[in-house]
Amino acid sequence: MTDILIHMLLTIFMPPLLLGVIGKTKAAFAGRVGAPFLQPYYDLAKLIRKGSVFSDTTTWIFRAGPIITLAATLVAALLIPLGNHLSPISFAGDMILFAYLFALGRFFTTTAALDTGSSFEGMGAAREVTFACLAEPTLFFALMTLSRLSGSLSLSPMLTTLSLSLWFSAGAALLLLVGGMFIVLLAENCRIPFDDPTTHLELTMIHEVMVLDHSGPAFAYILYGAALKLFVLGAFFIHIALPLKTGNAILDWGVFILSMLGLAVTIGVVESIMARLRLLRIPQLLVAACILSAFSMLLILR
Amino acid sequence: MTTTAGKLVDPAFLIIAGLILTGFSGVPGLFLKNAAAFGQKLATAFACVGALCGLAGAFSTIASGETEIFVVNWSLPFGPCEIGIDPLAALFLLSVFLISGCSAVYANGYWPAAKLPATSRALCFFIGILSASMALLIIARNSVFFLMAWEVMALSAYFAFTVESGNAEVRKAGMLYLVCTHAGTMALFVMFILLRTMTGSFQFASTASLNPLAPGAAVIFFAALFGFGMKAGIMPLHIWLPAAHANGPSHVSAMMSGVMLKMGIYGIIRIISLFYPVPTWWGAVILGLGIISGVTGIISAIGQNDIKRILAYSSIENIGIITMGIGAALIGQSIGNQTLVLLGMGGALLHVLNHSLFKSLLFLGSGALIHSVGTRELNRMGGLARRMPRTAPLFLIGAMAICGLPPLNGFISEYLLYFGFFSGVKDGAAPILLGMGLAVTALALIGALALACFVKVYGVAFLGAPRSAEAEQGHDAPWQMPAAMGLLALCCLAIGLLPQYAAHLVQPAVYAVFPSLVAAGSGITTQAPLGWIGFIGTALIIVAALLAAGYYRRLKSIPPASATTWGCGYLQPTVRMQYTSTSFAEMLVRLFRGTLQPRYALPKITGFLPASAGFSSRIPETVLDVVILPFLRVTGIVFSFFRRLQNGEQSLYVLYIFITLVLLMVWAH
Repeated sequence: MTDILIHMLLTIFMPPLLLGVIGKTKAAFAGRVGAPFLQPYYDLAKLIRKGSVFSDTTTWIFRAGPIITLAATLVAALLIPLGNHLSPISFAGDMILFAYLFALGRFFTTTAALDTGSSFEGMGAAREVTFACLAEPTLFFALMTLSRLSGSLSLSPMLTTLSLSLWFSAGAALLLLVGGMFIVLLAENCRIPFDDPTTHLELTMIHEVMVLDHSGPAFAYILYGAALKLFVLGAFFIHIALPLKTGNAILDWGVFILSMLGLAVTIGVVESIMARLRLLRIPQLLVAACILSAFSMLLILR
Repeated sequence: MTTTAGKLVDPAFLIIAGLILTGFSGVPGLFLKNAAAFGQKLATAFACVGALCGLAGAFSTIASGETEIFVVNWSLPFGPCEIGIDPLAALFLLSVFLISGCSAVYANGYWPAAKLPATSRALCFFIGILSASMALLIIARNSVFFLMAWEVMALSAYFAFTVESGNAEVRKAGMLYLVCTHAGTMALFVMFILLRTMTGSFQFASTASLNPLAPGAAVIFFAALFGFGMKAGIMPLHIWLPAAHANGPSHVSAMMSGVMLKMGIYGIIRIISLFYPVPTWWGAVILGLGIISGVTGIISAIGQNDIKRILAYSSIENIGIITMGIGAALIGQSIGNQTLVLLGMGGALLHVLNHSLFKSLLFLGSGALIHSVGTRELNRMGGLARRMPRTAPLFLIGAMAICGLPPLNGFISEYLLYFGFFSGVKDGAAPILLGMGLAVTALALIGALALACFVKVYGVAFLGAPRSAEAEQGHDAPWQMPAAMGLLALCCLAIGLLPQYAAHLVQPAVYAVFPSLVAAGSGITTQAPLGWIGFIGTALIIVAALLAAGYYRRLKSIPPASATTWGCGYLQPTVRMQYTSTSFAEMLVRLFRGTLQPRYALPKITGFLPASAGFSSRIPETVLDVVILPFLRVTGIVFSFFRRLQNGEQSLYVLYIFITLVLLMVWAH
């Protein structure tokens, strides 16, 4: 019960902190002080209190987009185990639902973007669905590898049975998986080198350009949903990359929080030392990720 | 006729009554020369009552799980005509009756007899015959009777979708369809003749009674795949499908895509169920064909700009998904993986039902779009969600369902398939792991591509600003059209939120195909926790409702302002700058250019003040244009000397018949 409560609280309150840590890391690399760690929370609080502007061309789809995307991400957050603790809801085959909830979010983000009739937002939507076609098989290769390794068909046992000792026996497969999933993590969350959330040129953006017309509370939903997605997919990634277990429930939570913050720092470092890729290179990198995780599935073939 | 049960309202009686009512629904209209509108209303009433009877019968057959067999003594030399209604047949009958009822209602708004009396009469008549013949072939247990119903189905579909035969494109599509369907029927003749040499009669053998290693069994398998696969539209045999679906009236397209393609699937399942134990390679071949159809079908769909061609190609994709499930189930049977058998076949059969729901919904929706804008061209639509407030949400439900998104029905069947494949991945031997791994990857790719495709369709047709004057003037459809679509959308939602009950519809049919599962006692819901899926779907709706409530409270406290779309600093945006269907798909088309073979006509721009230039792009139907038509052209030249035999003199033809008869008699002796 306590664990479920902690799961809920962390899921609701921690995601914006990751954005704050990433921002701080990038500032440190650039030699700036940077915004405070809690800046994303202030932003969200401000946006919620702001008014909205709607384009004349939009319909109810435009308003439903952020709501349904956030709802799907919130429900997906109930399925993912955090650290060494099982998720509140776990059943056989939940990893399929997990993947398709993100697809539901993608459907509504992109249709809401097309609702504005803006060519830039159309561009973003087309890119988003195209790159997802390359990222989706990677995720499923990873899920197959994990279900084979753990002998289970549910996210919680699949991810919590991963351990450091497995890294000794199936290290090569896990290494490939970490590589593939890190690329997918960056691509799905629109981080550099795939997308630059801070750029000022709409022509080159993916996610940010789709939400240009959203404002006020809807934009708060979108920002929060994006942070939550980073949190959920990050938690998935942490299980593979750092399957640390202490055996103590409270310590496990601490380890989880620290590793998530570490992941945020890593993303910040990647964003600081890399430039955004040319758009034409992105499919190549995504295909490479797909091949990495396909190889990892072949490696565990016994 | 001898009945096995003496109950007052026998399910079989209901089904046959429904079949007769539907079949004759268009007949009174033929005699009402001056009251076409009344004839159409009468046909609708007959079709609806027939559909209700048929649905009641099909549901009670599924609920009881029993098989009823009748024997009709006819005087034809093909043995007694057996009619059998088992849960497998009943499952397919569900979609026949549901879709025929819906399209009859829809026709009143879409093809009103008051405006189009002559064609409406023909349409009512042929759609009735089409539905009845499909129901007949499902319950036929005699090869000859089956083939008769099959031919009636093929021809009535031809007459129904070529009702506007004044249009050259329609005639061309019709001719292609006729050639293909008869090529398929030819393979079915071969198959049924070989089956007769195996069993010694034209009756269907009982389930799992034939040996697949017997001589000729492999030929039967391939003939069935060719003949039924041609009807179902499995990838290299799909060539007739896009043109036929695009050029017919929309409710006929809904019947053809939603129901008629499934007759091919039914045939494949029925014939394979006769054999036991099926060798692994049968399953592997079917799985491979499914993967090819699924992936190439949806890739082709993305490249199209004609809304009905997109839907037609997406039917090929969905047939691919169904076929993947059948193949996986057969593989599961040969390696003894019960979960894979149950969920592979269960997922495939549920997808048969689901596809008939959401694809018919989408075809009916495309009819509403055409009714409103007068074109099938997506690039001339836009902004219709504002102008068609009733159609837009219904089409959205169909689009979401076909992408397999929770909480709708498409997700449920794909979930079952994924679950089955994953069970093969989890503890199968290496080759099984690879096969199932490929299936999972293909399904994931198909899912993501389908999402891209239907975001494009919905976004370009309904959202944004109108791209043409016709779209500007768009109007919503008369109430009968959204009513029929609403019923289908409701079914999509119901299966998505209560999947455990949908599993009960499918499970008896799976047992009918694989009787060995009954003894094992495993059920779909005990293997796959569908209750949880329904629960999460409901939770998703509740969370979304709460978030929406919070959002609207904020909007109420600060009323929103209205403005034009942000043009990123550009002050004179026009509607022509919007992303179109072509530009939305451009990246994906380029990624898959090897398969799609897109043709571009690029403008030549020279000099400082170039003259106006044009750009056009086109995606051909690769298999038809690149492989089959050139092949036929060469064959035509090589065999041109045969044409001399056909010189138009009737006496000569009589001579041919005489010579043939003499030769046959000589051969017989």
